Amino acid sequence: MIRHIISILIENESGALSRVAGLFSARGYNIESLTVAPTEDPSLSRMTLVTRGSEDIIEQITKQLNKLIDVVKLIDLAESNHIERELLLIKVKTSPEMREEIRSLSDIFRGKIIDVTPTTYIIEMTGPSEKLDAFVAAIDPDSIIETVRSGPTGISRGEKGLHL
Amino acid sequence: MELNGAQIVVQSLIDEGVEYIFGYPGGAVLHLYDAIFQQDELKHILVRHEQGATHAADGYARATGKPGVVLVTSGPGATNAVTGIATAYLDSIPMVVISGQVSLPVIGSDAFQEVDMIGITRPCVKHNFLVKDVTKLAETIKKAFYVATTGRPGPVVIDIPKDITAPNIKVTYSYPQKVSIRSYNPVLVGHKGQIKKAVDLLLSAKKPIIYSGGGVVLGEASSELIEFTKTLGYPITNTLMGLGSYPATDNQFVGMLGMHGTYEANMAMHESDVIIAIGARFDDRVTGKLDLFCPYAKIIHIDVDPASISKTVRVTIPIVGDVKPVLDQMMELIKENKNKIDGVALAEWWNQIRQWQSVNCLEFDRSSPLIKPQYVIEQLYEVTKGDAYVTSDVGQHQMWAAQYYPFTKPRRWINSGGLGTMGFGLPAAIGVKLAFPDADVACVTGEASIQMCIQELSTALQYKTPVKIINLNNRYMGMVRQWQEFSYESRYSHSYMDTIPEFVKLAEAYGHVGIRITKPEEVRPALEQAFALKDRTVFLDVMTDRTENVYPMIEAGKGHHDMKLRVATGTSTDRELA
Repeated sequence: MIRHIISILIENESGALSRVAGLFSARGYNIESLTVAPTEDPSLSRMTLVTRGSEDIIEQITKQLNKLIDVVKLIDLAESNHIERELLLIKVKTSPEMREEIRSLSDIFRGKIIDVTPTTYIIEMTGPSEKLDAFVAAIDPDSIIETVRSGPTGISRGEKGLHL
Repeated sequence: MELNGAQIVVQSLIDEGVEYIFGYPGGAVLHLYDAIFQQDELKHILVRHEQGATHAADGYARATGKPGVVLVTSGPGATNAVTGIATAYLDSIPMVVISGQVSLPVIGSDAFQEVDMIGITRPCVKHNFLVKDVTKLAETIKKAFYVATTGRPGPVVIDIPKDITAPNIKVTYSYPQKVSIRSYNPVLVGHKGQIKKAVDLLLSAKKPIIYSGGGVVLGEASSELIEFTKTLGYPITNTLMGLGSYPATDNQFVGMLGMHGTYEANMAMHESDVIIAIGARFDDRVTGKLDLFCPYAKIIHIDVDPASISKTVRVTIPIVGDVKPVLDQMMELIKENKNKIDGVALAEWWNQIRQWQSVNCLEFDRSSPLIKPQYVIEQLYEVTKGDAYVTSDVGQHQMWAAQYYPFTKPRRWINSGGLGTMGFGLPAAIGVKLAFPDADVACVTGEASIQMCIQELSTALQYKTPVKIINLNNRYMGMVRQWQEFSYESRYSHSYMDTIPEFVKLAEAYGHVGIRITKPEEVRPALEQAFALKDRTVFLDVMTDRTENVYPMIEAGKGHHDMKLRVATGTSTDRELA
């Protein structure tokens, strides 16, 4: 069960997302995360989908995705050199004695404190998913009010790219 | 030309060359029906239930190769069509279904007769469209036909809100000659390198077999397949969907394969060293248990749909492309290298196959005092001189029709193979008869299946489509009963109805001819009488042996080489029990 990141260029039309999501549920493939937003060409959206499966399953997933009429192009980022990033927003309780420690922890992980109240911080952090995991693990679970993560997005290195 | 939305739909269909539209009116499509009323180029066939509309359009499509077209209203009209849409989807039948929708401003408000048709049909269509702008209507219809009929065909739904067809909003109409979709470019021609490799492997085979399916019918590649097979001299088997694409009367044909295929076809598959799958998709009813499937074979697979390749069975040489051009490409190389075929090995292989054939796996008790269903099909074949269009429903009768009617032309055998939809046969037969009014059209059915769309008898009268219904009446849901006999110690749970209608009276009530027969000697004269009544729909109610089973059979979890054969029997009731 290898992790794959599939990047998809898809027509920016209503229902396109549900076609992808529906395909996964109908065929029993798992989705770990899914992000989607329009591209610089507003007629297209770019979707990043993280899934796991054997080689056979991943092959079927990419074929079935390609078969959707709305899917213009896709690549499996895991097949080549790529960069992936995820956004984390985390809201933590900060007692007066803990505020400095959390701030320096955030600095170590190159996070940014983007909201401060007398009792809370909101920290923004981007990075590979494992780094975000590590940061969350380093914080006392009792002090976490909530976390929100975007799911990974990715892009291939070098001149190659996913475009029309 | 300035037209309103409803007129645009009708004119687009006419410009697309649509002859018949099968439908049923209702609130959301009233504007459309008004536009249909005011012209007479596009002929509307009023069915009695929307499921019937989809199956009739489907039958028309399968028989002609042209897309079937359906018009239904929103809500229940749309949901009733879903079974027929899924039927077409599983068998890759080109179909365009126009469904009415509530007006745009009320979509999502749980309005009267509102359902999310786009959402409901998404998993069983090739694509679907919700039209939100009347100026996009003609282009959307063109796209729908383009998608439905190209690549691997399939049904496409166009959901049209009522206000889009409003009579007072007119826009400039022109129907696009061509349309392209940047995200949709089916591959037609096969990859040269792959074709070269495939031909090399094929010619090196000692025990080859050609396994071809519905893709050959859909791809109009029957004559190419025949030339290919004849040139190679290899045995060929067809799937249920491929029957007729290679003449079943030819001596290289070893019968259908799969669960109720012939012993020789399945044994040849099991023992073969090279299989070429042509427009077939390794369906579970074909493969049996996957772990046991063709253990010695290298497999070449030609399919227009890349997702069909290596989906359930990993193949050695995949070729993505339309069957017809790919077979042409292969033929060029085969002709040049024909001398590479190992004639000695091939002769030995044929020897082996002839031995398997000598088992005579389709033999049945011909001395029974009861009507044997297989005998009815054999007689149907003779009476129609093998030249009828035969539709079927789903169950034992379907398998018998497939086994005992040797189809020699493509598009003659019309059945719901993938979805296995009971109720398909009668409306499909009506669609076929509309397309070919002079041809003999038989619907082979059973007393359970026929009741699922029996209301279409009324449609058959209205449009004067004299089809012949051959009802193999065994007073059981025969296939369910057979499985219960084999796997559930004959506990016949709800596979029997003790209130079966008198079909003769029912047929007469619908304005048709009903004939009931109970003895073998009545079969031939009754069939002759039925087909002689050229202008009447005839319901032939054939009281068959209740306990007959479909043999041979690969039971669940078994491989091709492990078929259950009919045990030679003295009397018709004495049979092997699982």
